[in-house]
Amino acid sequence: MRDAFIQTLTEFVPRHPEILLVSGDLGFGVFNEYSARFPHQFLNVGVAEQNMSGLAAGLALEGHTVFTYSIGNFPTLRCLEQIRNDICYHRANVKIVCIGGGMSYGAVGFSHHATEDLAILRSLPGMLVLSPCDLWEAAAASRYLISHRGPAYLRLDKSAAPVTAQPNEEFRPGSIRTVRGGLDVTLAATGGILGEALLAADILADQGISCRVLSVHTIKPIDADTLTAAASETGGIVSVEEHAIDGGLGGVIAETLMEAGVFPRFFLRIGLRNTFSSVVGSQQYLRKIYSLDSAAIARAVSTKLAVAIPAYT
Amino acid sequence: MTTAATTNATCELARRIRTHALRMTSIGGGAHIGAIFSCADILAVLYGGILRVDPISPKSPTRDRFVFSKGHAAAGLYAALAERGFFPVEQLLTHYQDGSDLCGHVSHKLPGVDVSTGSLGHGLSIAAGMAYSAVLKSSSHRVFCLLSDGECDEGSTWEAALFAAHHGLSNFMAIVDYNRIQGIAPVSEVIELAPFAEKWTAFGWGVREVDGHDHQALSTAFAAAPFVPGKPSCLLAHTVKGKGVSFMENTVLWHYRIPRGAEFDAALAELEAQP
Repeated sequence: MRDAFIQTLTEFVPRHPEILLVSGDLGFGVFNEYSARFPHQFLNVGVAEQNMSGLAAGLALEGHTVFTYSIGNFPTLRCLEQIRNDICYHRANVKIVCIGGGMSYGAVGFSHHATEDLAILRSLPGMLVLSPCDLWEAAAASRYLISHRGPAYLRLDKSAAPVTAQPNEEFRPGSIRTVRGGLDVTLAATGGILGEALLAADILADQGISCRVLSVHTIKPIDADTLTAAASETGGIVSVEEHAIDGGLGGVIAETLMEAGVFPRFFLRIGLRNTFSSVVGSQQYLRKIYSLDSAAIARAVSTKLAVAIPAYT
Repeated sequence: MTTAATTNATCELARRIRTHALRMTSIGGGAHIGAIFSCADILAVLYGGILRVDPISPKSPTRDRFVFSKGHAAAGLYAALAERGFFPVEQLLTHYQDGSDLCGHVSHKLPGVDVSTGSLGHGLSIAAGMAYSAVLKSSSHRVFCLLSDGECDEGSTWEAALFAAHHGLSNFMAIVDYNRIQGIAPVSEVIELAPFAEKWTAFGWGVREVDGHDHQALSTAFAAAPFVPGKPSCLLAHTVKGKGVSFMENTVLWHYRIPRGAEFDAALAELEAQP
């Protein structure tokens, strides 16, 4: 997804002199072509995320479209107050790009896992929160951000689901993509873990359970219509995210459905449950350990379904 | 060239800023009068002639930028802006009132204010971004940022200081209101900043020290920037917290104390008695 972002930016920068890519001393080797071709549109501010974010606000107030870039929580939690006070409050045109959503950085360790970012970033007024699931969505979201005005957060995962986009499909920010139709249960996922949700849907299909799979690439603003339709048309809603279950995708779905007065027959949040991702291992290994892989998702869904809707057993 | 007439005018402006701020903090119940009084002369010299700003066109691209990073002294900035014609002086008395735009810490809702501040250690980074942009665009305007000494405890201030020096932002000036008293105790008892000028020098800035209440000296220093070619400038303004009212000067108490009753009357009398 990182490469999709850089390639998209590289493609558009020649026509957008206002773009400035600001890195917190990360992206070794990644920006070689970009910085060589566009030296005046690249800035490495060093290991200083607070300055990076305040600086980005100042640059944006002067008319630049600024992309701040770092990994894990560094471009977000480390400098959250600069994002809140300097970027969001001034509606500064700053796009915060996180490479390594969820447990992308696997064995690098907990310090580098971004597992509360969606909950925290979406609480900021005026913040657009994008979390693409595959390379198509990552490129499309990056392209969209070039013309978007105002604060935005782009969470890029190392893993990517297989591309499900139809030919000529248009990326619509603020909408939820239905990547697979189904009527028994809805799996709503965000980020690369959508790939696990699709595999879980295959497993469940073998058990005779038909899953609707949604890609929630925009966490804020949320597409309430698609969620309420899924809640009323399918037996239950399951959120799937490589993120704490508190306040992220599961949170926004629960809030949205409650407020709309549409109550699914069951609701399940799959994510990290009040735990530190402290086990050492690859992203795939950690998904298994924390019950976020396809097998665990399928197990959790069929169990929940059996309790909530005994007819399915 | 600063004439005696200009200095007289900025001294009168400083007195008016202090008087407005005294009323505003008293009526509004807002604090930080000591921190306002310590930078009133700096504000008067800046808005009395140094800053190229125009109340008719507050967003003019060629204006000098001024980021007021010590946002808790907002009443002083509001008074300076109103006196400079950015909004009516009468509006000052809405400070802290329900529905007002005059928030206790600096708000960009007001004409003439680019950046809201209040949480310390933010302003220098934002201002550095503005200065860097001016370099990219080859614009000739300057960027000023007023800091408190207390906010130099913040690591982010020094992140920005490193950045500005690395990029040789000679269009950029940080003014530090060095009144040596922070929130609840003297700087020397909390986190010593000395040797302060040496710190800024070591970070790669051109540094000058000045009596922050001497209008002639302030004007001369502002006109001399950049202090070192190719470097950002740091003007270390030695000031007195609570300057202008004898019983407020150099006391920790008047960082937060609200001037009311007999204290308000006495403070006002002192300010009005000044030449």
